[in-house]
Amino acid sequence: MTRVGSDPGHRTATPAALWLPASVGVAFLVLPLAALLARAPWRTLPAHLAGPVVRTALRLSLVSATAATAVSLLLGVPLAWVLARSSFRGKRLLRALVTVPLVLPPVVGGVALLLAFGRRGVIGRLLDSWFGVSLPFSTAAVVLAEAFVAMPFLVIAVEGALHGVDRRYEEAAVVLGASRWEVFRRVTLPLMAPGVAAGAMLCWARALGEFGATITFAGSYPGRTETVPIAAYLALESDVDGAVALSLVLLAVSVLVLVGLRGRWVSGAIG
Amino acid sequence: MRRPKMRRHGWGTVGLAGALLTAGCAHTGSARSETTGVAGPLTVLAAASLTESFGTLGREFEAAHPGVRVTLSFGASTTLAAQITQGAPADVFAPAAPEPMETVRKAGEIAGDTRTFARNVLAIAVPPGNPGHVTGVADLARPGLRLALCAPQVPCGAAADTVLRAAGVAAHPVTLAKDVKLVLSLVKLGEVDAGLVYRTDVRSAAGTVVGVDIPDATVAVNDYPIGVVSHAPNPVAARAFVDLVLSRTGRTVLRDAGFILP
Amino acid sequence: MRSEIAYSTRDPLEVALRVRRGSFELAAELTVPAGEVLVVVGPNGAGKTTMLRALAGLDRLLAGTVRIGPTILEDVVAGRRVPPERRPVGYVFQDYRLFPHLTALDNVAFGLRVRGQQRAAARAAAAGWLDRVGLAGYAGRKPDTLSGGQAQRVALARALATEPALLLLDEPLAALDVGTRAALRGELRRLVAAYDGRCLVVTHDPLDAMVLADRIAVLETGRVVQVGSPVEVARHPRTGYVAGLVGLNLYRGVGEGGAVRLDGGGELAVGRPTPGPAFVAFPPTAVALYRVLPEGSPRNRWPTTVVDLEPVAGTIRVRLAGPPDVLAEVTPAAVADLGLAPGVAVWASVKAVEITVYPA
Repeated sequence: MTRVGSDPGHRTATPAALWLPASVGVAFLVLPLAALLARAPWRTLPAHLAGPVVRTALRLSLVSATAATAVSLLLGVPLAWVLARSSFRGKRLLRALVTVPLVLPPVVGGVALLLAFGRRGVIGRLLDSWFGVSLPFSTAAVVLAEAFVAMPFLVIAVEGALHGVDRRYEEAAVVLGASRWEVFRRVTLPLMAPGVAAGAMLCWARALGEFGATITFAGSYPGRTETVPIAAYLALESDVDGAVALSLVLLAVSVLVLVGLRGRWVSGAIG
Repeated sequence: MRRPKMRRHGWGTVGLAGALLTAGCAHTGSARSETTGVAGPLTVLAAASLTESFGTLGREFEAAHPGVRVTLSFGASTTLAAQITQGAPADVFAPAAPEPMETVRKAGEIAGDTRTFARNVLAIAVPPGNPGHVTGVADLARPGLRLALCAPQVPCGAAADTVLRAAGVAAHPVTLAKDVKLVLSLVKLGEVDAGLVYRTDVRSAAGTVVGVDIPDATVAVNDYPIGVVSHAPNPVAARAFVDLVLSRTGRTVLRDAGFILP
Repeated sequence: MRSEIAYSTRDPLEVALRVRRGSFELAAELTVPAGEVLVVVGPNGAGKTTMLRALAGLDRLLAGTVRIGPTILEDVVAGRRVPPERRPVGYVFQDYRLFPHLTALDNVAFGLRVRGQQRAAARAAAAGWLDRVGLAGYAGRKPDTLSGGQAQRVALARALATEPALLLLDEPLAALDVGTRAALRGELRRLVAAYDGRCLVVTHDPLDAMVLADRIAVLETGRVVQVGSPVEVARHPRTGYVAGLVGLNLYRGVGEGGAVRLDGGGELAVGRPTPGPAFVAFPPTAVALYRVLPEGSPRNRWPTTVVDLEPVAGTIRVRLAGPPDVLAEVTPAAVADLGLAPGVAVWASVKAVEITVYPA
């Protein structure tokens, strides 16, 4: 009847054959991070972190990743609903199209954004002539670029969560007199909330680490468009210690947030 | 575009693992001919601004030595330097500035002397039609003009800084790009009214951007050194390639690309 | 925004419908007066749930009408159809479908909330309904902490809270274990009997049908084969299925110690002491007949007279006058051995362990 199925008493033993590749997998994923930690200029780290470059970039990164996640939620949840629930010709094609940013090299994504929203872009030209608005090289462009790359993660997660929502509850709500909107708001949304939260986390983390599309579409200028990944990349050219310090900040922030929220949300969606 | 046996790689972000793998593959099944001396695979790591001219020279080299297969890898000079010091197989190194070459030499990875074979200076690139009406460096300070520069951390950014300071111009760029090619792209797309790029970039993008020469450009000159890597798998071919770059043929190709010759 | 559905409290539900699901087609005509409980009984796949879904508007009619008095809920020819969320219907699903993210109280308040009632008012009304189904102390509980029987009653309270004109119950007791079923059957009867709208219950269980029904409609392969009071249907089963289904000995009485004194006269010993008003039921196959008073064990034995005999699917149904009157099912060989014929006096006996007893 209910979908809740966390059963701590039932645990299958892990086959020995899986342990070895699993351990190699862990080593492969964790060792580079360990190397980063080992290479970290711990003695000069406080000086690096206290510098205005790091603080400015970090603030911008946090603000823009959060804004990009908000944009993704606003547009991505309805989009996921359409993909999961409505039926129309070309739905599979649409799903493929909106998830293209997952495989598109982000730099190409950035060029595509320029071609659409740039000063001479299809839409950007209109924005410019009608409202005098120019998106590229602004913080708004950072948010757009991050949302472009990160929203598909949210859409896929939310669509999965929607497929997991038992439609019988929605039917029960309809019979109780709920309109479509009330059904969505009072039943569907709460039931898929763990999936939405997990998707938002994934989206936020992806937006925080976004580099290629951002530097292409939004450029890089300290305080305006230079996010932590961009600052780290540029520092790599001249100051490896500075780049490592910036990377550590990014690493620490994302690990903190992912660990902090994962227990509460993602496992709830899966367990 | 005609593409012989030669392969080209443009490194975007740093992909050291990829570089190792690809370079490794280039050497599998190598059959070096001992009779001509110049044969087998040859790997050249060169600055991105050399893409067009070294592409031409690579084809010339393969034509002259039928047993040779040239792999050209273009990228940011500092990135390439890091690849060599981390052990990536390479025969020839040609960065866009002396500093990366120094880094590699200090690591003991350069065999013998290096030679400066070309010089590059900055130029202003503007979109066709020159919507910002840019006629010289002074115009770059004009309010409302959208200007793209290289970030100060990369060589073209440092050069831009020098040129602007020499001209007494306080510019307000909208973006500080990670490399000169991105500046060029932004100009091509018309997203900026002007960008400071290398003269060779303007030449290679002829038709899609318009160049505005900077009379005082020589205040910031980039010297391009070339050298043979000490752990070069194919030192014979490497020396032959360096000779080609320094030859009359090489000089012609470089001059056509917009380089100043030493 | 929400157009009110006007209907008199006395108007009956009138249904004449055809519904198709794949290759299956349901065609039925039914009338349910206000205050009546109609139990639709039939085997699995007969179309019982299909009928409820059609009445609730969850599935479309292929043809026909659904109306309460002059108020049309659906009329295919006229092209009129009230969507499910606007129908005055309460629906208790077989699997209850309590919203897992809401407390019992908020589940019950749901229908009122989506009708625009303020939270406080809706919750107060919901608390009243929880109290009526005997779950006043469970308001803050989430569905996954409720037992099957409690969930069933919350579902019923949720359906009743909107004060629907039509109450639909789909196998209301099927998901419960045997012990809970017996206890809740009487409770459910009390609750639906107090409901003054039109109530449709579907079940495959004859005991549920007999206990809950004012009238029974028998549904087989998408057709109503018989409608009548439980007594009528039991007396004159028109098909073998109905006979097997409703040929059940059912009595009402008052429990005292280990026995139930039957309202129609007589007394039966039962396995489980059930004090107060109670139902007693057992199948005709549990009845044994003797020409002479049997020695020993069966405690429940009484003299009867054969009223008639009726062959049903390879066996013979013997109707006997008591008190209590009883229906027995015996083999043709036994009829010959005992010389059974109308007017013949025989002893009837039933073992206490064969008897189902439950509070009325």
